[in-house]
Amino acid sequence: MSWKIKALKKSPWVFHVNVGACNNCDIEIVNCLTPRYDVERFGIKLVGSPRHADALLVTGVGTMQAAIRLREVYRQTSKPCVVFLIGACPCGTGIFSQGYHVAGPVDKIIREVDPNAIIAYVPGCPPKPEAMISGIVKTLAAL
Amino acid sequence: MSVSPNILFWIIVIPGTVVLGLVASWIVRKVSALVQWRVGPPFVQPFYDVAKLMGKEILVPQDAHRIVFMAAPIVGLAGIILLSIMLWRIIVTQTTFLGDIIVAIYLMVLPSLALILGSSASASPHAAVGTGREMKLVMGYELSLVLAFIVVIIKTTALVEQGQQLSLAAIAQHAPVFSISGMLAFLSSLMCIQAKLGFVPFDIAEAETELGSGVLMEYSGALLAIWKLMQAVMLVTLPLFLVMVFLGGLSADFLAGLAKPVGTLPIGIIVLLIFIVTGLLARFNKYIDILFLLTLIAACLLAGLGKYVLILVMIILIKNTNPRVRIDQAMKFFWVYCSLALAIAIVLALIGNTCGYSWL
Repeated sequence: MSWKIKALKKSPWVFHVNVGACNNCDIEIVNCLTPRYDVERFGIKLVGSPRHADALLVTGVGTMQAAIRLREVYRQTSKPCVVFLIGACPCGTGIFSQGYHVAGPVDKIIREVDPNAIIAYVPGCPPKPEAMISGIVKTLAAL
Repeated sequence: MSVSPNILFWIIVIPGTVVLGLVASWIVRKVSALVQWRVGPPFVQPFYDVAKLMGKEILVPQDAHRIVFMAAPIVGLAGIILLSIMLWRIIVTQTTFLGDIIVAIYLMVLPSLALILGSSASASPHAAVGTGREMKLVMGYELSLVLAFIVVIIKTTALVEQGQQLSLAAIAQHAPVFSISGMLAFLSSLMCIQAKLGFVPFDIAEAETELGSGVLMEYSGALLAIWKLMQAVMLVTLPLFLVMVFLGGLSADFLAGLAKPVGTLPIGIIVLLIFIVTGLLARFNKYIDILFLLTLIAACLLAGLGKYVLILVMIILIKNTNPRVRIDQAMKFFWVYCSLALAIAIVLALIGNTCGYSWL
């Protein structure tokens, strides 16, 4: 295992991308930063710019309008990076399946930019903070 | 010009300052976490952060001015390291050069100037807003900072002997904070340091929530790591500068002892052992982490860095008990309130000098 990946596992900085979520998953993401769950213990930090990020937390179904922006944000993220799909919507479009405004599951949108993107799925509506932390731990262990 | 007997000290002083800065940045994050009733990051976190950033891809925006964009962080880091070496030299060998106060003031502006250059070269609208705010902030606090130095210089001219050169080394032998004008100057320059470090309430240029880290927005990979290192070294150098100017300098015995082959080596080894043991235990129990923090602070006190820890703790507490101010509020604070207080301090210091009241 190279030192780059080892250091990445110890300090994954995350950037939060909302591509048409109902705000429920977003609230649960912020919940992870509170004293109860305190993900800074693991070096996880919420950053304000995709340039600084190692992981993109994508929430929402991926609307037609947002898909263009999501591809742009993925291009702007410095590699290596991981994409986390938080909630039922980005994992498989959920209750918005076959909606007129849906550009598809988010993994499909990202694979248009980078076919080899590392994508992790955390389903749930919304997933609990424990589920998100578990998803992140499992993904980082698998790197 | 006398140089320390052991050249090894001068070789390790640059990486030593960087490591000390990273440790200080861990203390800031850990104490902030404890204030917010969280557990906080482990001790090695800042080191992992820098290592990770070093291994990441560097993205340069298409419209950015490549050379300025890539050179700015290096210029900033070089400037602040130069200042830290000036200070270590005065602390350890008590020697300095002609006009060091002017050089120190210039070197202290260099990181902010590099930040302004780098972010304005990055061709990002968010960074442009951050640049504007950083520029206004620099114009705000530089006036107060220079006025505070003038107070200290006036206080020190009364104390140096005839013929002795007025330099940072001479200033560091007196503690002007134990007088009314010196206290006013110390408090205002503490706020200036807060603004220079870009900490709350003066993190206007970096404003995570509204500007998405503003001035640093377009930086990634190793360039961002250099900015982080610069901020870490600033966290050592600027409080150290305040200690030298206002609090009568560090007690150099321990550091001078380190510069010699033996000396205070036994104490150093004992502290290092406690340090390593609690550090290892901290891996198994999160509460021993707090014990580790306390040992670290005790080690700093033993090493004669107590005054530095005092200023660091004041900075952290100000950081954690204040909301971010708007840029106009910051300008008003520095130009109206700080400058007024410092003008009064200068008058008091002059009166104290001519009438012979050292407490004024």
